[in-house]
Amino acid sequence: MAVQLDEAAADTGPGTGPDGAPAARRGPGGRRAAPYLLLLPALLATAVFLGWPLVRNLVLSFQNLNMKELIQHLTDWRGPGNYQEVLGSEQFWRVTGRTIVFTAVNVVLIMLLGTLLGLLLARLGKTMRLVLSAALVLAWAMPSIAATTVFQWLFDSRYGVVNWVLDHLGGHGMARYDWVGTQLSTFFVITVLIVWQSLPFVALNLYAATTTIPKELYEAARMDGAGTWKVFTSVTFPFLRPFFMATTFLEVIWVFKAFPQIFAINQGGPDRLTETLPIYAFTEGVGNLHFGMGAAISVLTIAVLLVLTAYYLRLTLKQEEDAL
Amino acid sequence: MKRSLAGRIWPNATAAVLALGFVFPVYWMFATAFKPTRDILSENPVWFPLHATLDHFTTAVNAPNFWRLAGNSVLVTVAAVGLSLVVGLCGSFAIARMRFKGRKGILLTFMVAQMAPWEVMVISIYLIVRDADLLNSLLPLTVFYMLMVLPFTLLTLRGYVAAVPKELEESAMVDGCSRRQAFVRVVLPLLAPGLMATSLFGFITAWNEFPLVLVLNKEPGAGTLPLWLSQFQTQFGNDWGATMAAASLFALPILILFLILQRKAVGGLTSGAVKG
Repeated sequence: MAVQLDEAAADTGPGTGPDGAPAARRGPGGRRAAPYLLLLPALLATAVFLGWPLVRNLVLSFQNLNMKELIQHLTDWRGPGNYQEVLGSEQFWRVTGRTIVFTAVNVVLIMLLGTLLGLLLARLGKTMRLVLSAALVLAWAMPSIAATTVFQWLFDSRYGVVNWVLDHLGGHGMARYDWVGTQLSTFFVITVLIVWQSLPFVALNLYAATTTIPKELYEAARMDGAGTWKVFTSVTFPFLRPFFMATTFLEVIWVFKAFPQIFAINQGGPDRLTETLPIYAFTEGVGNLHFGMGAAISVLTIAVLLVLTAYYLRLTLKQEEDAL
Repeated sequence: MKRSLAGRIWPNATAAVLALGFVFPVYWMFATAFKPTRDILSENPVWFPLHATLDHFTTAVNAPNFWRLAGNSVLVTVAAVGLSLVVGLCGSFAIARMRFKGRKGILLTFMVAQMAPWEVMVISIYLIVRDADLLNSLLPLTVFYMLMVLPFTLLTLRGYVAAVPKELEESAMVDGCSRRQAFVRVVLPLLAPGLMATSLFGFITAWNEFPLVLVLNKEPGAGTLPLWLSQFQTQFGNDWGATMAAASLFALPILILFLILQRKAVGGLTSGAVKG
């Protein structure tokens, strides 16, 4: 890697002449400091504005901080009390289980349909591929809050298109169906929304990845008499394996953290039955003003995410090492 | 190898149906926004806005604080993305072009930071901002949005920087440019497409951000458009025409940006990924 480019240091290093010969500009101290100086703003900002809230969150989770303490600026240490209360509550475990099922269902749907969509893109002619890609990009670009509002309208009980279509397809009970009335139907709407939003990313990237597979591999497989399924399992899938892993983990993390969609559709309702962990932490902490409890829930949520992220990072770092 | 007629038709037919499915919600948003109310609240959907009207847009634009919040949104988004591009470019240059101790650790830090669960950190951020007496101010929003997009910006730009041939810089320096001049005159113009593509995702993140503004800037007129849009429906009851007009106004800038920059962005992300 760039030996010459280490000269960049000279410019940022102290006491170098503006137009001196390159050789004269190489102060050893400045050369070593350069990358750190360039990275300093980014690292400092991350430490202060990401590190500090994280530490504060951890500290808060050991405090008893409700309305009274908040207004009077009191610090009341509670030790592990918040955690004992959270981990001992049935509600927390119910929400955790719900979050895991919700994440699993969404990610499986997204990866399965996204793969099929990507493979379909690869099979299409030029015009039709462009049409479908444009449609995917449009859905992808739609801002979350706008998309959520549109889905509320699509699933409106009185004048929504979905109920009209279902009614005319023969489900006559569906004419005035209230989609946000029950837990399952609300989750259904949220899932359709999230899958609709996430498929373009998976499909377009998967398609891009298939274009890197050497054509000879397919020809060889075909000559050996492999069918479509066999070609997929023996050529396409192994080639795209790293891509599948990375995308799956990204989707797990994104779905797990999903906030605006769930919150804006029905505030976690009906009866708090569609709250996932991020919404639960929010409602307990900011909504019900139990900041300490909310912080404890969010620390536990971050811990779960960290475990998921660690796996993904190990994968990426391995690829990174191969690339270097 | 020639496929049968059916074998050629079904992928195209499926693609057409799917394309319709993906476009429909976006289409329905715009169509509803332009339809007169009697066509919106009708027993049978009116599929095309034949009697197009701008009434709903007028309602949305005249809603309390719309222009103020739109201004806030633009200000916060542009400032956050601009800052993160400058800070990210410096960092990405170091990571892509220099070898130094701790490089891998720093890289890992940004990768972890990219996954930061901001959605569940709102409680502590709220208390920090409150203690600093900055609730309802745009400054904390700008700073935190900047940080939300910084790791992605830095990691993506690294790929673009690595893709610029070092020889170009060297020859510029042989021609008498200083290190910094070579960067500004030679490397920076070549990075322009990369900077644009990277900024797209920053724009989307900052423009869309919801949980933080929901907690920090509750005062009317202090928030940003996502907050306005999420509360619009509560304010306007079942006025779906105005709500869809509001959603259209909010989504339009991003849709336009995306359609312009998408090709570059997707290409750039891929090359960034390949380059490591």
